Amino acid sequence: MAVEAGRMRSKEGDWQRNSRGREFKERVIKFLLTACAYLSIFTTIGIVVVLFEETVRFFLDVSIVEFLTSTRWAPNTGDFGVLPLVYGTLMATFIAIAVALPIGLLTAIYLSEYAPRRLRQYLKPALEILAGVPTVVYGYFALTFITPFLGNNLFSDIDSFNAISAGLIMGVMIIPTVASVSEDAIYAVPRSLREGAYALGATKRETATKIVVPAALSGIVAAVILGISRAIGETMIVTIAMGSQANFGGTPLESMQAMTAYIVQVVGGETPRGSAVFGSIFAVGSALFLMTLALNLASYWFVRRFREIY
Amino acid sequence: MTQSERTREEQRLTGVSRDRREGRRDAGRPPAGDNGTLGMKIQDLSAFYGGFKAVTDVSMDIRANKVTALIGPSGCGKSTYIRCLNRMHEVIPGARAEGSVTLGDQDIYAKGSDPVVIRRRVGMVFQKPNPFSKSIYENVAWGARINGFRGDVDELVERSLRQAALWDEVKDRLKESGYGLSGGQQQRLCIARTLAVEPEVILMDEPASALDPVSTQKIEDTMAELKKSYTVVIVTHNMQQAARISDYTGFFYIVNMGDPGRLWEFDETEKIFSNPERKETEDYVTGRFG
Ligand SMILES: Nc1ncnc2c1ncn2[C@@H]1O[C@H](COP(=O)(O)OP(=O)(O)O)[C@@H](O)[C@H]1O
Ligand SMILES: [Mg+2]
Repeated sequence: MAVEAGRMRSKEGDWQRNSRGREFKERVIKFLLTACAYLSIFTTIGIVVVLFEETVRFFLDVSIVEFLTSTRWAPNTGDFGVLPLVYGTLMATFIAIAVALPIGLLTAIYLSEYAPRRLRQYLKPALEILAGVPTVVYGYFALTFITPFLGNNLFSDIDSFNAISAGLIMGVMIIPTVASVSEDAIYAVPRSLREGAYALGATKRETATKIVVPAALSGIVAAVILGISRAIGETMIVTIAMGSQANFGGTPLESMQAMTAYIVQVVGGETPRGSAVFGSIFAVGSALFLMTLALNLASYWFVRRFREIY
Repeated sequence: MTQSERTREEQRLTGVSRDRREGRRDAGRPPAGDNGTLGMKIQDLSAFYGGFKAVTDVSMDIRANKVTALIGPSGCGKSTYIRCLNRMHEVIPGARAEGSVTLGDQDIYAKGSDPVVIRRRVGMVFQKPNPFSKSIYENVAWGARINGFRGDVDELVERSLRQAALWDEVKDRLKESGYGLSGGQQQRLCIARTLAVEPEVILMDEPASALDPVSTQKIEDTMAELKKSYTVVIVTHNMQQAARISDYTGFFYIVNMGDPGRLWEFDETEKIFSNPERKETEDYVTGRFG
């Protein structure tokens, strides 16, 4: 249609916004959105309240001081010292981080600073898909492949359930998380900072390791804390491959029990509800929750404290 | 403006009266080397971004221990050109340069010439201050350290910060982060860190364009000091600044959109601002466009 010469405006009747029921529609949508937001918040709060309620009930029977300080965990004989379980969890987590931090960080540096653009485009999503492998598969892998491999080649006295294979595999499991999140942080360091380093005669390696990585430190720390959180909360791998024997002070080659694995053991067993043993899973669950909460808070604080304003 | 008003304006800006003007020079030819030695010699330099030619056929003699200003409308390749002088241009994926740039007796684009070595000898200060996420002290010391400086680092840091006119403001907080400084202080920190690797030439791409007038003044004062011991090349969009601080001025210009930028005229600053050879230069320096 030809444009009518000289017309600067549309005709009077061209603008007819339908405002019938507008007020009502706005209200409905706002209500729905608010409801969804609060639903998730209240569900979380509800879970935490139940957890703490049961925990308090447990501590009416069992001394909280004993729970936190005793190094003997034998629920059937009434020994509720949580430290052996914490020890198992931390041992596996420590091994996992020892694997995931260097490999994840180096992967991130490679992807961000060295990989050709195209390769990065494919590798980054591939890495994120890897993070979706079901953990039960990792668990089997640790039990049926890593442990025999270590036993045949390195440590002949390794237990068939042990902390080291569970930890190693858990490390592999969290590499994608550590690598992907720290890569985001490293990639976000502005080009101008890299150029500033180059302009002083810095090599690519010096620029990447001494300028870019420190500038991305808060993001990298967040990535590592996220990885630790996942390792602490991880259940399947430690249940399948690390064993069900509370063991305080054991070597990585020995069988030990993680906090999560204990909870699985009790829930899946014949323990009567209402007994002290059943109540103990809530206490252990609370301890686990507080550990991850503390980590998340630390991460939050660290990121805010050290976030770089480029 | 009438002709005489404009003349007076020029005189105010440049401090040069028309009477003091020297004899005419050939248009676009680099000034003869009667005062000072050669710092860098650029011959037929062209710069590309992938298939796009951004700068073409620039030849320029840069005098040692002088300030050379580069002016011109935006988009005419000043930044691209200045980045070719220390091989920073090629850091951008797909970017490359042709031609020769001689520093001392070495062509920095010759085969086997190492950009890492060149960049220590030809330092660069960027448009936006870009301090490292390190302490003020480390910002200055780092470059020296990676370049194998074996002398007294404390002394080097103090000397560099003094040269950059920043020492008095930061001497009590050397361990604090460089990000805590104001924009102008950050830029002087970047100048200090460039000085700390003791380059022969310092390139500055609109170093004061993001700063307030007071900081700009401080940086200009710094530059007056610097040229005693360094060769300085500075891109600026501020005509008064070019007139105030530089000894030589190069005017970059693009005839048609999409063409590569060219060095349109290059001469002593006095001459460029009072009696340029080419009409476009005159239009530009008198503010008629750009
Ligand atoms: N990274 C880049 N990639 C592609 N083209 C660029 C890039 N940087 C600058 N250019 C182009 O090169 C030309 C010159 O730009 P520049 O050197 O920044 O000009 P100036 O500094 O004089 O304003 C412009 O046409 C600009 O669009
Ligand atoms: Mg520019």
